[in-house]
Amino acid sequence: MSTLRALAKAQALAAGVAQPVATVRHLHLAERPLVLVPLAMAGEANAPLAALVGAAPDEARLLIVPQPRNRQQRFAFAAELAGILLPYLDSFRGVTEAAPTDRGRDVRHRYADAPQLLVPNPAGVTFLRLLGRSTRFRRPDGDHPVHPSVPLLGRWLTFFAERAEHPGSAALLAMTEALTLHWATGQSAVEDLHLPALLGWIDPPAGLTGAAAAARAEDPTICPPAGPATDPDFDNRLLAPTIAAYAEAEADPVARAAAYAELERLLRDQLAPTWELMWRGVGLLRALPPGGRVAGRWDGDKDAFTGYAEHLDAGGGPQPRRDGAVAAAVRLHRLERALTSYAVQRAYDDPLVMAEHRLTGEAFVGDVTLADPKRVDDTGKRPVLRPRIQVVTTEPVPMPVGATLWSPARPAQKARVVFVTPGADGKTEVVLELSGGMGRGLTAPPGTVPEVGERLCLTTLSDAFLPAGNFPAPEETPWTHGGPPAAAPPVDGAGVAEGGAAPGSDGDPTEEWT
Amino acid sequence: MTSSARRLAGIRGGVPPRRHNARTIAALTGNPGCTRRAVLDSAGVDKPKLAERIGFPARFGQSRFAITRGNAFEAQVKADGGVELLRLVAERLGVPVPAGASWTDLGGADDLPDRHERSRAALTDPGEGAALFDHPLLGLDVAGQRVHLEPDLVAARLAGRFHVVEIKSFPVIDGQADPAKVAAAAIQSAVYVLALRELLAAEGHDPEQVSHDVVLVCPRDFANRPVASLLDVRKQLLVLRRQLDRMARIDALLADVPADFTADLTADPATLVAALSTVAARYAPECLAACELAYFCRHEARGHTTALGRPVREALGGINEVSEVLALAAGERAPDPEQAEAAALLRAAARLRADALAGDPA
Repeated sequence: MSTLRALAKAQALAAGVAQPVATVRHLHLAERPLVLVPLAMAGEANAPLAALVGAAPDEARLLIVPQPRNRQQRFAFAAELAGILLPYLDSFRGVTEAAPTDRGRDVRHRYADAPQLLVPNPAGVTFLRLLGRSTRFRRPDGDHPVHPSVPLLGRWLTFFAERAEHPGSAALLAMTEALTLHWATGQSAVEDLHLPALLGWIDPPAGLTGAAAAARAEDPTICPPAGPATDPDFDNRLLAPTIAAYAEAEADPVARAAAYAELERLLRDQLAPTWELMWRGVGLLRALPPGGRVAGRWDGDKDAFTGYAEHLDAGGGPQPRRDGAVAAAVRLHRLERALTSYAVQRAYDDPLVMAEHRLTGEAFVGDVTLADPKRVDDTGKRPVLRPRIQVVTTEPVPMPVGATLWSPARPAQKARVVFVTPGADGKTEVVLELSGGMGRGLTAPPGTVPEVGERLCLTTLSDAFLPAGNFPAPEETPWTHGGPPAAAPPVDGAGVAEGGAAPGSDGDPTEEWT
Repeated sequence: MTSSARRLAGIRGGVPPRRHNARTIAALTGNPGCTRRAVLDSAGVDKPKLAERIGFPARFGQSRFAITRGNAFEAQVKADGGVELLRLVAERLGVPVPAGASWTDLGGADDLPDRHERSRAALTDPGEGAALFDHPLLGLDVAGQRVHLEPDLVAARLAGRFHVVEIKSFPVIDGQADPAKVAAAAIQSAVYVLALRELLAAEGHDPEQVSHDVVLVCPRDFANRPVASLLDVRKQLLVLRRQLDRMARIDALLADVPADFTADLTADPATLVAALSTVAARYAPECLAACELAYFCRHEARGHTTALGRPVREALGGINEVSEVLALAAGERAPDPEQAEAAALLRAAARLRADALAGDPA
């Protein structure tokens, strides 16, 4: 927690309403995001109980599982969900766009837009990940056949769950995280996980403070939990008798239909408030202007979506239960790079985020007081353009002489610290030598060198391209990491013995889900 | 009855102390620095009722679906005299699966002294063969009172060592389980290890006969087939011992508690609230998941930086009150010498925030 964010929390508590911690929206928001509010059955291993799904506030579709312990009904739920999700995904596969690749030397095509899934909280992301895990190895044939769309659903859900771990991706978002990225409440991070309480702070109903609205939201009889876990009292008092009534009415079609309708009504009542909150959250986020680098990160999601769609089109198998050593190292490296770049991009896009870095001495803001845009360094073999500027700041400048700084206004330009001179009036003069971002000639084009009077932010954070690391091929996995994996497992786990416990096995199609 | 025991009984009022179980003892380790909790738990006060009485009811309901599922899984694992369980445990421990094992169910009868005696006799019987003991009745001293534990657990004696076997119904999917649930199971198992060791030591046996490796049996993946994992609970044992020692020294804590302190449920709610406020709590948001009194303590801690979470408090330089933070940040208040550094940081933060929100170009 940065001091700046912590201070925003203190201010939120005093003001009685959440305070902004961002001035722009740091994530892409689709025109028609698919909102998914899942509920799970208590005590079971990720057994779906119900879900509200839809891409617009008035398009909510309720899916329920009247007997959540029944295997057939679970897969029927998965097939029903696939019947909504897969057509939604396909709707993004019509239009493609050209994107430069290999630093502009080549062009490849990707889908012009990508799907976006929204769930209420991180537990919702976990629910989808496990639902993906429990369905992606299923088979439409064999002993326990499922609808062909079920394994496809599993693969896509796994794809989204993996994207959700990728910093800066907006393919699958938890609403609580999307909101706390932009607002600080007067309650703790634990309490912020409760979507109704969080929105109570951000957008309290008229006449209520954020604290009062959050307190009200904690009463499960007024405000059902945002799932996937249900309120135990609801389970015991309402859900259990209704499920029992449904089960007992097996022989009587009329009574069974009535029990089913009652179950639908109960579950809809539990889900509908969260549904409303999800769209209120979408509205609040949409009201913020997007940050400058948001579209670039969404391009990454479009690339990933295109890549995975092509993998499936080519008959690619499901994601393995566990990554091999090389795949895991590559993935970790990719996530680390994404995390670094995401943090830098948010700071570049948003002065309020950059302020956190100014406070910790990673950035300062000052006024340009001198500029020599024509300065040429001819001490080397060839003369090169090396303009110098002097910046005066009231902020501390802990960067040493020789350090390289960047400015969000000119991200391609490096500024090397030449002199740092603390003044008597608490101000500091910093002389910087510039290189890059000024064309190839010995004269800087207008606007490429900061002019006297310009207010400039300089930071050690760099949004420059991070080269990818080098990793061995899987068949060259060093012995320190278990050596090369055994022969590639059969696709779809075919031929794996009952139990599927063989190391490296790709899942077990006979694995029960009971 | 010692003076402390009399004092604790007085605090509780005219009711017998609330019975502890492994879950409540495990919960004691959650916030060891909280005096209020140590005193109330030592006195055996019915905290859920107390919280309700003062208008801050706890929300620790359990779904009957979860209970049913837990019982069904346990029954399944223990079926057939524990044959499957014995195989799982032996394979996980890497010892040869014994051809057979005795199965002793020590549960059943309500007569506590008799059950305790049977458990003691069975567990200290110098048998060498593989044996499984179901529902042993164990005891622990908590704050000077003997607490009986009736675990739904199995103590397995294999290759001359005892292992606590804990059966839980949360799934282990691809070798991973919910970390919070594993942590809770580990600390609960540590309570049993401790109690089992005390029982052996009291009979002159080596307490180290009880392994610190606990066997956790859970459903594997999405099915009902059980899988066994080993949990090393040495760290939990340390934490537990420290907190039990602290509660054993309750005299020292009670010395700072006002003489008229009461948690008697028949008292007036206003009296109870007034009394509670005389014994310091150490509220943190994590309490909400662990302590029945947490909603009251949270209410009381309003306006304090700790209520926003420990990381927030640290980021604010450890200043206690939110109003003080804001006054220092606004420069409306001269900082104490030890706050000078924090105050400078807060002032800088406030200025930067205000600038950025005012759209000052940066």
